[in-house]
Amino acid sequence: MTALSDSAELAKQRSGYALRPPASLTLICLFAALTGAAMVALTMGAAGIPLARLPAALGLWGDAAAAGPNLARDQLVLWSIRIPLIAAAAMVGALLAASGAIMQGLFRNPLADPALVGVSSGGALAAAAAIVFTDSQIGQSLRFMQHHLLPIAAFAGSLVTTIILYSIASRSGRTSIAIFLLAGIAIAAIANAGVGLLVFIADDRQLRDITFWMLGSLSGATWPKLATLAPVLALALIACVWIARGLDVLVLGEAEAFHSGVDVERLKRISIVLVSAMTGVAVSVCGVVGFVGIVVPHLLRLVIGPAHRLLLPASMLLGAVLLVGADTLARTIVAPAEMPIGILTAAIGAPFFLGMLLRQRGLVSL
Amino acid sequence: MTAILEAQSISMTIGGATLVDGIDLRIKAGEMVAIVGPNGAGKSTLLRMLSGDLRPTRGQIRLKQREIHAYPPRQLAHHRAMLSQHVNVTFPFTVEEIVHMGAGDTGRAAAQRLVDAALGEVGLTHFSHRQLPTLSGGEQQRAHFARVLVQLACGEEQHGPGLLLLDEPTSSLDMRHQIDLVETARQRAQNGTAVIAVLHDLNLAMRFADRIVLLHRGKLAVDGGRADAITAETIRRIFEVDVTIDYTDQGVPFLLPQTMRPAGPG
Repeated sequence: MTALSDSAELAKQRSGYALRPPASLTLICLFAALTGAAMVALTMGAAGIPLARLPAALGLWGDAAAAGPNLARDQLVLWSIRIPLIAAAAMVGALLAASGAIMQGLFRNPLADPALVGVSSGGALAAAAAIVFTDSQIGQSLRFMQHHLLPIAAFAGSLVTTIILYSIASRSGRTSIAIFLLAGIAIAAIANAGVGLLVFIADDRQLRDITFWMLGSLSGATWPKLATLAPVLALALIACVWIARGLDVLVLGEAEAFHSGVDVERLKRISIVLVSAMTGVAVSVCGVVGFVGIVVPHLLRLVIGPAHRLLLPASMLLGAVLLVGADTLARTIVAPAEMPIGILTAAIGAPFFLGMLLRQRGLVSL
Repeated sequence: MTAILEAQSISMTIGGATLVDGIDLRIKAGEMVAIVGPNGAGKSTLLRMLSGDLRPTRGQIRLKQREIHAYPPRQLAHHRAMLSQHVNVTFPFTVEEIVHMGAGDTGRAAAQRLVDAALGEVGLTHFSHRQLPTLSGGEQQRAHFARVLVQLACGEEQHGPGLLLLDEPTSSLDMRHQIDLVETARQRAQNGTAVIAVLHDLNLAMRFADRIVLLHRGKLAVDGGRADAITAETIRRIFEVDVTIDYTDQGVPFLLPQTMRPAGPG
């Protein structure tokens, strides 16, 4: 009897122990996974390019003559379609996963996700509004800058949503997880109603553009769009290093973080702007793609722990891997057609989220 | 000796209710002060004001001769450390990672030395790689105490004696760890730290504090040595409980609540 309870005690203790791989190993493995996923993604698609023809088509090595008559076609497919697509998938995945991780740190809540609580919908509403209104007579002169307007509008929409969400869910330094999720549902509903209204008044061409946001698709990825993603990603990388310690300490609560020397108000402002910028620019490129921000940081915390200094860059890498993989799957399972990637991530992510919810029931008490 | 912390007639009014009403308090380096009082007397509110977290609606607080709200958070953390009552950690940080959070921008080697020392002091060395949320409430509280000790030590290495604030630090500890914790705070006071602890247990307060501050309905009822502060008459008036006060062989007073009113005057 004693032996039994002793071993049970031991098992209980052992389960709470954290054995974590070194940071460098984690990042190297994730980087290798990303490279592998990108290589596979390059070969797959409506026009298949076997791995053997890849180096020549990329202009790396290999005999161009040996690649034969397919070389020109391969190069066209790769450089004008597939490489921008994969780069966009990787960058969007990185942005969504890291913005999920920052949001979870900000709300001290592992169930936060920009798409789940309406931040992405807020961005999509603003983007849809930008499409419809820059098209109208007043906006005629603005049409040429629609390209730049969409990310800015989506950022603004996400920012407003995040601020509303924060002010509803936080009261005197405490955040109620239940209120937060419920408020997020309501905000998402309002934003979706707004998008619905815009769909109602939109003409055919606008309708096609808006539908693209509602499904979440990477098929519109082009080089200029990469040029809007890249600076935000670079900025996010720098900011992540800067806010990592603050987010760690914030887990103790706002008052405790303040007592520990964190400028909590500044940290919250930076985090909110950052989450909105990252979500907004991702939405402006590929629409609402959910659950990346919740699945990736959660999986990583199980392996590498919750410290943000490593969690944020690792989330970026794993988010990139996940979205490149999901995009490849989306391009192949119903080939030659292409499934919107938002459908795929929701189909995988939503059951995952339900599983988390069941395991963490205690957290979600009103 | 100069005062580390000086509060001048501070009050806190929230929505028409006055939680703390015109309290004056001066704490010197090396002094250990216990704040006691019935539930709702304003103890925690007072402590949060003294920590710089809440801004008093009236009055002024000076930490080391400087208005407490004039310190940026990071600098303030060098001069005062505070242990709150309930800290709920949702992410699986290890005990060591949590204690490390006290070290702030201190160098890695120095921080590790202080973290190890603090973990030893609260008796959690063997738990350092356990995830905090898997520990019992009392063990978590000790981990947070270790974190606060690290913060205090980091600040004191650079800036000399600081201020340690403890809000009911013993609430979920067993008897042995209650005494250990208060004893550790006591040692810090002997090394020059000014310690203010909100304590529920009057016996613990009388045993360890130099001074006892008794709050009643937001006002300062008594501020003095344990002999002046805790008399049977005061306890009856403020806590509405009859007590017997006796003394140990060393002359330390202790207090025994009476379930029935004593028959004779006494």
